[in-house]
Amino acid sequence: MPQGLRDIRRRIRSVESTRKITQAMKMVAAAKLRRAQESAEAARPYAERIEDALRSVAADASASRMPLLRARPVKRVGYVVVTGDRGLSGPYNANVLRRMQQELQDGGEAVFFAVGRKGRDYLRRRGHEVAKEYIGIGDYPRYHQAQAIGEDIVAAFESGEVDEVRLVYAQFVTAMTQHPDVQVVLPLRPPEGKSARQYIYEPDADAVLETLVPHYLYALLYRALLEAKASEWGARMTAMDSATRNSEELIRGLVLRLNRLRQAAITNEIAEIVGGANALQ
Amino acid sequence: MAATFALSVVTPEREVLSTGAEMIILRGADGDLGVLARHIPLVTAIKPSVLVIKREEGEQRLALTGGFLEVRGDVVTVLARSAERPEEIDRQRAEEAKRRAEDRLQQHDSDVDLERAKGALQRALVRLQLLEQETHSAV
Repeated sequence: MPQGLRDIRRRIRSVESTRKITQAMKMVAAAKLRRAQESAEAARPYAERIEDALRSVAADASASRMPLLRARPVKRVGYVVVTGDRGLSGPYNANVLRRMQQELQDGGEAVFFAVGRKGRDYLRRRGHEVAKEYIGIGDYPRYHQAQAIGEDIVAAFESGEVDEVRLVYAQFVTAMTQHPDVQVVLPLRPPEGKSARQYIYEPDADAVLETLVPHYLYALLYRALLEAKASEWGARMTAMDSATRNSEELIRGLVLRLNRLRQAAITNEIAEIVGGANALQ
Repeated sequence: MAATFALSVVTPEREVLSTGAEMIILRGADGDLGVLARHIPLVTAIKPSVLVIKREEGEQRLALTGGFLEVRGDVVTVLARSAERPEEIDRQRAEEAKRRAEDRLQQHDSDVDLERAKGALQRALVRLQLLEQETHSAV
């Protein structure tokens, strides 16, 4: 067998095994995406109720006195950047980081709270100040992880280390589309609107507001973690799907070339035999 | 039959319970609190405590580790940091947590740690209290 044929066969085998891997990763991503969406769904009732409660308390309490709600001149901005711990998720991480980079363009001091290894590594490489990092959130974010991040940024905000905190993460639109978004989370803006009900508060509206606000923030962060995770799996699924398709296309091309070469080789052989036979006559 | 109201217990991660109830008892910011149907609209913080839910068919208890209570009309929502059924509680873990928290309180370091230890102790105590109550009612 000529050298060329063997090379092509080997190539086909190699692409084939890559295809098997990307195919399996796509299936895994699809399953994890579903889990992530279910978690986001399960988290909704709490998020809605706490938003509701905050809306009415904020209307009744002297919100301006709450430190976490009060805006002040911004010198240093804290960024919570949510990326994945792993790659192989198409443009997912890069898109989030690009969106963050846009934010940074207006200058000013910035300090970072990096969620996910990809974001942390990127920030470090660029010599940014990473105040805190949260690696190993895992495939299924838990509320206490969001709370830990929340406690850290509240501490940084209260101590005056930062004057504003922005959250950068990929909103989940569909498995194919994720929308990197920036949101100011501190100072916190309570949901607008007036509630129709007259509540009584125990011990009083200000005290309830004070305990409610951090929890609202944690719920907000938890939701962002869940959405980012769904986005990550969606992006990974899409990336693996197109990788699988590319492999298939590559294999088709290689098989075609293999068959052509093989036929050429056979034709050649026949021509030689016929030539040899003719020479004998 | 006593009048009932709709009760839902939700944690950040999921809805734990959605049921009709005649009365609930828990510990609010100002002390123990019972809620019956047609209670006045109320919002309060919840301290770590055992939530007692009284229904016609019997009582149910959950360990709450803080959160909020919202009463509006005949819809009562417990927004709990966590809400555990007795069978979900790991006695050993709770006891260890209690011991750890007590140790920390002994060596009072900075204020933040003290607050944390106090919270952890309360949560552990509530879990153990619920287990205690369940074993008694089972006898």
